Amino acid sequence: MDRLQLLVWASVALFAMGLLGVIVRRNVLVMLMCMELMLNGVNLSLVVFAQLAGAAAATVLVFLVFVVAAAEIAIAIPIVLLLVRRKRSLDLGAYSELHG
Amino acid sequence: MIDDVLLGSFAVAALGGAALMLVLRHPMHVALALVATMLSLAGVYAMLGAHAIAIFQVLIMLLDMREASLANRYSWMLVPGVIACLLGAVVLARGLWQSLAPAGPAKALGVQPFAIAFVNDYWLHFELVSVLLVAAVVAALAVIEVGRRKHG
Repeated sequence: MDRLQLLVWASVALFAMGLLGVIVRRNVLVMLMCMELMLNGVNLSLVVFAQLAGAAAATVLVFLVFVVAAAEIAIAIPIVLLLVRRKRSLDLGAYSELHG
Repeated sequence: MIDDVLLGSFAVAALGGAALMLVLRHPMHVALALVATMLSLAGVYAMLGAHAIAIFQVLIMLLDMREASLANRYSWMLVPGVIACLLGAVVLARGLWQSLAPAGPAKALGVQPFAIAFVNDYWLHFELVSVLLVAAVVAALAVIEVGRRKHG
C-alpha cells in the first residue's frame, strides 16, 4: 500500500479515536483533549491530500486551522476552570443543569 | 528506506499515543499522551516535507502543555514526555536544516512556498485571524474576571 494511503487511514483512525474519547470519557478536560485529537486527524488528512496535489495554499489553510484551534482552547480552558471552581468536579454529570 | 521507517515509526507512535489517551485515567497522563501524539504528528509532517506545519504543530503542542499544567502533580510519565520532546526537536531541526539548504528542489509544502503564498495572497486572512486571536484572549480574560468577581 502507498505510504500516503496509509497516512490517510492513520488520520481516519486518529479522528475515530478522538470521537470515541469524546463519547466515552466523562472528564471535561479529557474530552477537550480528545477534540484536539480529532482536529489533528483532520489536519493530517489535509496535509496528505495537499502533498498529493502539491498545493502551497494547504499549508496556509493548516496554519489558519491551528490558530482557530488555539483560540478555541483559549476560550474553553477558562470556561472549564470556572465550571470546576463552581462545582468542584471535572465530571460531566455534575454540569447536567447546563442543558437548554 | 530510512525515511519510510521513520515515517512509519512516527505514525505508529501517534496512533499509540491516541490509544493511550483512551485508556489512561489521570488527566495529566492523558495530556502527556496527547503531547506525544502531537510531537509524533510533527515528525510525520517533517518527514512529508511540510516543515512549516511541523513547526506549527510543536507550537500548538506547547499551548497544550499549558493545558496539561493545570494538574499540579507530575508522574513518572514526565520523563518519557521530555525525551519525546527532545527527539521531536532533533527531527524537526534536521528537517528544517535540510529545507533551508540551497541544494535540492523546493517542495510545495516547504517553508519558502508557504511564506510566499502567505505574504502575497493570504495577508488579509492573516489579519482576520490575528483579530480573532485578540478577541479570544479578551474573551478568556473576561470569563476569568467574571469568575473572580462571583467567587471573590
